[in-house]
Amino acid sequence: MAIHVQTRVNGQATEFLCEADASALDVLRDTLGLTGSKEGCNSGDCGACSVLLDGTLVCACLVLGAELEGRELLTIEGVAPPGGLHPVQQKLLEHNAMQCGICIPGIVVAAKALLDRDPDPDETTVRFALAGNLCRCTGYDKIIRAVLDAAAAMREGAGVRA
Amino acid sequence: MTHAPHIPVVGSRPQRPDGADKVTGRARYGADLSLPGMVWGAVLRSPHAHARILSIDTSAALALPGVLAVLTSADMAANFSADVAAGESHIDLQDMSRNVLAREKVLYHGHAVAAVAATSQRLAKEALKAIQVEYAPLPVVLDLDAAMHPDAPVLHPGMFTRGLPETPSVASNIASRLVMQKGNVDEGFAEAEVVMERTYTCASAHQGYIEPHACLASAGADGQIDLWCCTQGHFAVRSYTAALLGLDPASIRVTASEIGGGFGGKTTVYLEPLAVALSRKCGRPVKMQMSREEVFRATGPGSATRITVKVGARRDGTLIAMDALMEYEAGAFKGSPAGAGAMTIFTSYSAPHQRAVALDVVVNKPKVAAYRAPGAPQAAHATECLLNELAAELGIDPLDLRCRNAVTNGTPTVYGATLRNIGLQECLDAARVHPHWSAPLGPNQGRGLAVGFWFNHGAQSSASVHLVEGGKLLVQEGNPDIGGSRASMALMAADTLGIPYADVHPVVADTASVGYSDMTGGSRVTYATGYAVIEACRELVERLKSRAATVWGVEPSQVEWRDGVAIDGRDPSRSMSIAELAALSGRMDGPLSGQGSVNLKSAAPSFAVNIADVEVDPETGASRVLRFTAIQDAGRAIHPDFVEGQLQGGAVQGIGWALNEEYRFDANGVMENPGFLDYRMPVASDLPMIDTVIVEVPWPDHPFGVRGVGETPICAPIAAVASALNAAAGTTIREVPLSPPRVLAAIMAKD
Ligand code: FES
Ligand code: FES
Repeated sequence: MAIHVQTRVNGQATEFLCEADASALDVLRDTLGLTGSKEGCNSGDCGACSVLLDGTLVCACLVLGAELEGRELLTIEGVAPPGGLHPVQQKLLEHNAMQCGICIPGIVVAAKALLDRDPDPDETTVRFALAGNLCRCTGYDKIIRAVLDAAAAMREGAGVRA
Repeated sequence: MTHAPHIPVVGSRPQRPDGADKVTGRARYGADLSLPGMVWGAVLRSPHAHARILSIDTSAALALPGVLAVLTSADMAANFSADVAAGESHIDLQDMSRNVLAREKVLYHGHAVAAVAATSQRLAKEALKAIQVEYAPLPVVLDLDAAMHPDAPVLHPGMFTRGLPETPSVASNIASRLVMQKGNVDEGFAEAEVVMERTYTCASAHQGYIEPHACLASAGADGQIDLWCCTQGHFAVRSYTAALLGLDPASIRVTASEIGGGFGGKTTVYLEPLAVALSRKCGRPVKMQMSREEVFRATGPGSATRITVKVGARRDGTLIAMDALMEYEAGAFKGSPAGAGAMTIFTSYSAPHQRAVALDVVVNKPKVAAYRAPGAPQAAHATECLLNELAAELGIDPLDLRCRNAVTNGTPTVYGATLRNIGLQECLDAARVHPHWSAPLGPNQGRGLAVGFWFNHGAQSSASVHLVEGGKLLVQEGNPDIGGSRASMALMAADTLGIPYADVHPVVADTASVGYSDMTGGSRVTYATGYAVIEACRELVERLKSRAATVWGVEPSQVEWRDGVAIDGRDPSRSMSIAELAALSGRMDGPLSGQGSVNLKSAAPSFAVNIADVEVDPETGASRVLRFTAIQDAGRAIHPDFVEGQLQGGAVQGIGWALNEEYRFDANGVMENPGFLDYRMPVASDLPMIDTVIVEVPWPDHPFGVRGVGETPICAPIAAVASALNAAAGTTIREVPLSPPRVLAAIMAKD
């Protein structure tokens, strides 16, 4: 029996039908066509599906689509206005901190969640904040540097670039 | 008219052309494409690790509403006469077809048995339950000893060991025995003053790419097929799929999606032929994607190995003889990288007497796939750890021991090639002067050093370049960009033409839009595909020069090409820019383009030296890498950020393999840890920054001096980390991974 859900995704009022056991990730990817959130494991272990639910970092694969009713969801597609970049995105680009890039949407969302609550994290804090986001390509070095650099840029006033 | 000189961009660090797509989620990976009318495929997998298939009844599944097609091996050819050559390896179609879909037997838990297409993912999975398969379970063979026992159940009744002096009369689980040698090891050991022999093992580890395999196939009524998939080689997918399904390769157009990691694991086919066959049956586009559990159970991994190494040396540390027995698990079908392991195991050292005997052994586990420098990390683990043990025994500094025995130009290898233009000594020198090598260590901390070697690969690549209005350049290449290669292509094109990096737009073209290119593998893309791009650009330059010559009424040989501008050699004040020349296409001889096709026979060997510091908690056996320095000869770093990224990523994969990663099977051959929670890959909080030193000893056969970079980084880390950990804990653990329980047990045994 499909469930009717009304929610907000990236600031837009959104409604959809989903099966009771469909995950928020299934809804995003297969129903809403928002494929920026990736499925690496479907078990909460890789972070490739990281999204913000009412401002809290969660794995979309561990949330039911039906749970989105009345909530506010932010995905990688919504971290910056169309054509713009969040400072974390900008710094990941400048550091060439990605190889295959499949982990990057999740890392952007997780790093944004960190910097939203802690504008001046040290390296260890960044490493623990991103410990739920697997990257198999980079060894994390450049990603950590990019996030630290993004934090510094944001402290100096860099905002989301429109 | 004067033009600004072109400032060379090779060696600089611009943003990658596809970067914005990758940070915004716009880049489309294997599972990100959907088509109108699309249905979903799913795979039924074996619950047994070894069983005969007695019958498969699909009628109940086909009768379910929403189920459009069912596929079993009965739909595929049973016999294949020819093999297809594929890049670095040779493909046995008979085996490949049986791995894609089991026929007579299932050979590992998770082996594909049947596939369905249905109107939803849910229905497809439901339909799998309705397929009735009758199995006759057989005894399982799960490790090297069990497989090689004279009474072992034989996985393949038609497989006889290759490479024996006499053709065997009984089938065996040993697919082949390969011997590589130079000199005479017996004489060498007779000369030696010290002889050490040790056995080292490595568990099977998965490539661990974050993107599961996925594809979307659409077969037209006329037999034309479109296939979208995440792969390291879309031309290889075309060849394999065509061969397995008996189709004309030219009728299959394969588009490589962005690829979410591969490390060798996406150099074969699993889902693609099934999706094409299902689409042909039901006439609808069919999308398939693996779960993470399927990825673990049915794809990858790298070989589990047991390697016994013996070295003979003089007391001053001069190595005289080196000998190895290398036993590699292949999984369910032959084809472990034992041979490649044997070719690398002693290549870094100049001992005149060397021998490596390599066995390729089948077991009831998933068929291994290439994993980054296939076979070499396990081999280096054995040799490098033994050399560290020897250094301790002789009271010689491990770096001095390497310097004393490092190969030099002109050294013949066991596999026949003679080394030339190598950068091993330069890497060792860089290690010696690096502050890491002399930094003090604290209590419970140890340092390990190791050398790594990989051949790298050349082979076939194609590229086309086309001038766009305004003088911008479109570059079409045939290699999926797995780690920034679009940027490298653009840099080399920019410098070859003398135009800005930003004016070059590289695209990874589908199999119908660019010439054949071997896979993204063998560390060959910047080298060989880069070469093809350079050739294409050179051809374009010739056409630009001849156009300018026509305009000026001179001979093309009188036109010079400098900084992106044609200059009249007789009157250097007269010049035309690339944009001006492009603008003349409609009035002159049409669009300007260039084509490059290469088959590079030479390979550019590369060496690495790694230094690792590890701290062990003697109470728990837990360990932590405190510092890691990766030094490697890149030939020439076209884009140093991405070279560093390869060194860092390879180091961390090696750290994971050394400390935690392993396939664990129960007695029935069922993998016990098929998820990222229990198959523990390194996370950000496990690690320090990974320091890198790029050594540049140019490879003379490439216009920019490029060597391959991607695989060598994983060769040395296991040995460096294992040696460091043993030094920290005061243990001599020769099994990988050095997981906390194993380390704790060794510490307790010592006390
Ligand atoms: S897909 Fe959700 S955490 Fe991996
Ligand atoms: S860049 Fe490939 S997984 Fe992170």
